[in-house]
Amino acid sequence: MPNRSSRAVYLKLMARSLAMRRYEGAWISSFWALGLFCLLLLAWQAAVLALAIPEIILPSPTAIADYLIRRNELFLRHTWPTLIQTVLGFGLAVLGGILLAILVSLTEIGRRGIMPLLVIAQIVPKIAVAPLLMLWFGLGDLSRVLIAFLIAFFPIVINTVSGLGSISREIELLGRAFARSRWEFFWKIQLPHALPYIFDGMKVSITLAIIGVIVAEFVSSQRGLGYLIIFANGRLDTVMMMTSITVLSAVGLALYGVIALAARVVVYWGAPKEA
Amino acid sequence: MATAGLSSAPGERVEVDIVGVSKAYGRGSDVVHALDEINLSVAHNEFVSVLGPSGCGKSTLLLLVAGLLSPSEGSIILQGRRVDGPRRTNGIVFQDAVMLPWRTVVDNVLLPIDLMGEDVRHYRARAFELLNIAGIADFAERLPNELSGGMRQRAGICRALIQDPDLLLMDEPFSALDAMTRDEMNLELLRIWERDRKTVIFITHSISEAVFLSDRVVVMSKRPARIIDDVVIPLPRPRAVEQQETAQFNQLRAHIRNLIQH
Repeated sequence: MPNRSSRAVYLKLMARSLAMRRYEGAWISSFWALGLFCLLLLAWQAAVLALAIPEIILPSPTAIADYLIRRNELFLRHTWPTLIQTVLGFGLAVLGGILLAILVSLTEIGRRGIMPLLVIAQIVPKIAVAPLLMLWFGLGDLSRVLIAFLIAFFPIVINTVSGLGSISREIELLGRAFARSRWEFFWKIQLPHALPYIFDGMKVSITLAIIGVIVAEFVSSQRGLGYLIIFANGRLDTVMMMTSITVLSAVGLALYGVIALAARVVVYWGAPKEA
Repeated sequence: MATAGLSSAPGERVEVDIVGVSKAYGRGSDVVHALDEINLSVAHNEFVSVLGPSGCGKSTLLLLVAGLLSPSEGSIILQGRRVDGPRRTNGIVFQDAVMLPWRTVVDNVLLPIDLMGEDVRHYRARAFELLNIAGIADFAERLPNELSGGMRQRAGICRALIQDPDLLLMDEPFSALDAMTRDEMNLELLRIWERDRKTVIFITHSISEAVFLSDRVVVMSKRPARIIDDVVIPLPRPRAVEQQETAQFNQLRAHIRNLIQH
């Protein structure tokens, strides 16, 4: 941001973006979604009661809520490692993804050599590599973070590359006419232009990071929500399993919400268009 | 270069000299000849329009003068020196006046300064002054997506003028605007130009616009573009909309239309 007096202007723009709903009626549509969700819960509850479905097949929503409250300490203990590993894997993916994308966008080797390899690597099902990583890096937290990183990494790279590359011709000409250096153009035009794309990538990436950690916990772990699910499965404890899934979903939702909120502030000018 | 007085008429001094310039794109059998043997001189503080059918290579000519393309043949002399790359003394206005959506309007106007790595603070007052002249000072600290097409184009002109260029290159700047806004913008441009004379090369495919704005209208043919004629516009300045209804204006317009059709 060019100077101090204009910094205040940009802070105000960010605050306004945060306060503003993207489109009118967003409150109403989320109200509808919430209403439908509650209705589905009610129907579920009613079905379980009316048809006398045994808990081992399908526990009712109230049974799940009750179980969560009774054993909150257990779930708290197992949510923590899953959350931390997800955030770590995701953070590494964002950092590494953006750096690699810059390399791909700015260098010849990157564009001609790395990019095709990335496209091919993207096709490889990353989850299938999980046992291999366990073999290499052991059964500890490191392996789980790496699996999360690996699976969350690609959307960041691909989105950042397309963001850095989609500068309009006019702006590119303006850059060539005036930019003191390649870096000046990169910092002042390319990178900010790529920000909305990067955040779109992050929204996909955060949910993938959770999947990565959970799968890794399935494969081998003594803690975490993934472990809890497998453990409950082994004991045919459906209530515990579904409560774990509920907590996991809440964690995913919260993480996604944080990213979406950050995007709102950082990309205060709205969705990617023109420029 | 502080000669830009209030009423300095086009001088004798040559600002831009285009000598035998040809430009071809591609190679082998796919080669496209955009420009063919262009010779054109523009005097200091002269307003010259380059008029021609769409896709005839007018924009190519502008990019060549801007140093953003290099000619296949011939050379372009700008202020006595051969053009071999972009210069800071050029201001450029493009067709769409694309703004960076994350920068406020005033910071978009300051973009060339910022890209040059100079201290934008020294130019802030000038940016506000330009926006004021262009009538959009109230929008200085808004984001570009809150501007209309006409306002964006005004901001685009301010951006081109921020570093006080000697030569203003305009590539069909008003062609994306509706007719009424376009007339208004023509007047606005003349008003700014009367205040602060520059050498202008203005690309357009509107005959009326070219006649109304210019000291000279250079008429180009279809591709490969050649110069068909070079029409002096003797209409007095400052110009007013009413002049567009005069017999002289209509004669000039008819004359140019004939040139293009034949």
